[in-house]
Amino acid sequence: MSEPAAAMSAVNSQLSEISPAHAQYLNMLKRKKITVRATQFIILFLCVALWEILARAAIIDPFITSQPSRIIRTIGVLYNEGALFQHIGVTCLETIIGFLLGTVSGVLCAIALWWSKFLSEVSEPYLVVLNSLPKIALGPVFIVWIGAGPVAIIVMTLAISLIVTILEVLNGFMGVDQQKIKLVHSFGGTKYQVLTKVLLPASFPSIINALKVNVGLSWVGVIVGEFLVSRAGLGYLIVYGGQVFRLDLVMTSVVILGIAAMVMYQGVVWFESFVLRKNGHAQREEKDW
Amino acid sequence: MKPVVEVRGVAMTYQSPNGEIQALDNIDFAVSEGEFVSIVGPSGCGKSTLLSIISGLLSPTSGEVLLYGERNAGSSKKTGYMLQKDHLFEWRTILQNVLLGVEIQKALNPETKEKAINYLKTYGLYEFRNKYPEQLSGGMRQRAALIRTLVPNPQILLLDEAFSALDYQTRLAVSEDIYDIIRKEKKTAILVTHDISEAISMSDRIVVLSHRPGRLKRIHNIKLSCTSRTPINCREAPEFRYYFQEIWRELDIHV
Repeated sequence: MSEPAAAMSAVNSQLSEISPAHAQYLNMLKRKKITVRATQFIILFLCVALWEILARAAIIDPFITSQPSRIIRTIGVLYNEGALFQHIGVTCLETIIGFLLGTVSGVLCAIALWWSKFLSEVSEPYLVVLNSLPKIALGPVFIVWIGAGPVAIIVMTLAISLIVTILEVLNGFMGVDQQKIKLVHSFGGTKYQVLTKVLLPASFPSIINALKVNVGLSWVGVIVGEFLVSRAGLGYLIVYGGQVFRLDLVMTSVVILGIAAMVMYQGVVWFESFVLRKNGHAQREEKDW
Repeated sequence: MKPVVEVRGVAMTYQSPNGEIQALDNIDFAVSEGEFVSIVGPSGCGKSTLLSIISGLLSPTSGEVLLYGERNAGSSKKTGYMLQKDHLFEWRTILQNVLLGVEIQKALNPETKEKAINYLKTYGLYEFRNKYPEQLSGGMRQRAALIRTLVPNPQILLLDEAFSALDYQTRLAVSEDIYDIIRKEKKTAILVTHDISEAISMSDRIVVLSHRPGRLKRIHNIKLSCTSRTPINCREAPEFRYYFQEIWRELDIHV
């Protein structure tokens, strides 16, 4: 059998010594990457520096715009008061709970809708309406029903992320090749086995996609919720700072929020590559580069 | 000899909002142990439907299918189904892929695993057991798909245009390969194809179906005088052209 042997040697040649041209190519890629990173950093640095200089030179009013050094000072003050991590903690906890609840219940609902064609046909108009409804409009309803507190905030988050998750995951399920499902049936597989052996693994990319969208939506839900009800958290600090005209506090909270959201998004990306690597998809990504 | 597969008066009618579509009408034939039978017919004549009925994935509107003399209800462990494409799961390694069938049938144990590994060794895929499907060539993937079908030990193989997704050269090589495996494992096989040459070169008998609704038009016993009975060699046999002309006329294709 010459065919496998040929393929084997192809695999081996990938592993062995790299040619000078290939080394040069890799070097070029690396240099390109460094240039991008450096430019990104320089832009950030220039913006912050410009902001600081303009504020110091009194060209812009730091009372309105705040300024980097004051943001750092505000962080210091919050830290000394012991309030910094309390606020960050409250918001992050609410977001993570809302995010996990939204994702898990969204996937479960999508499974239920796939399982029962009747259920999915019945619920279709409701999903359409709920999907287009601005969920923020429901905020006051949640507060009246549940009371002003973290639970109302989490419900708000759930309301924003749930429908999107259901639709995204269901879409992934529908996109699975029918022949793969037929294959499972041909071995005498049950509907449950179709779900676990084909549907869930095959629609992993859409589930991850839903997760990525959900990270952003969860932050929206939590901050909106905090605007409406809370006594603590970054959203609360933003509203409070705005009301008492302490823009330093507002800007500080926004900066912290940005960092926290980025960390959480990176968490999802890390989870994705972890699962993909475990299932051998890493090779494909490498090929794409 | 008792036939392995008996198709008795099978008819199939699909219901749709726009009316009924009669796909198959009164199909009768039998396949005996170790035989290789092809089903050919014009497109849309219901040949894939017939295969699904034999496998038990579909129930006929009337008539019945007997496997080893028993009425077939539901997907049977006696049959193994091969689809047009390999449909290896890209998130599973080759070994995990070929174990899919026994895993689904809850028969995954050291014995069946050993068997799968032996198949991989015999058919040159053992080195690739921990690779993922995308790292294999089309021919190797098709071979892995066949092993996946063989591991649960079906006696009857149902090949649903199993080579048509491959390019022509690979297709010739793969059909040679798979024909060889099927003979070596002494399986009974039913191949659905629209490729007349493929059918003649591989089969002991060919069932020709008519336009929709598919009816049995004729059954050919293929007797080719070739030195070694491999699909490629058989294409050189003098009778090959005769069968080709005959079947081509019977298919009655107008475009």
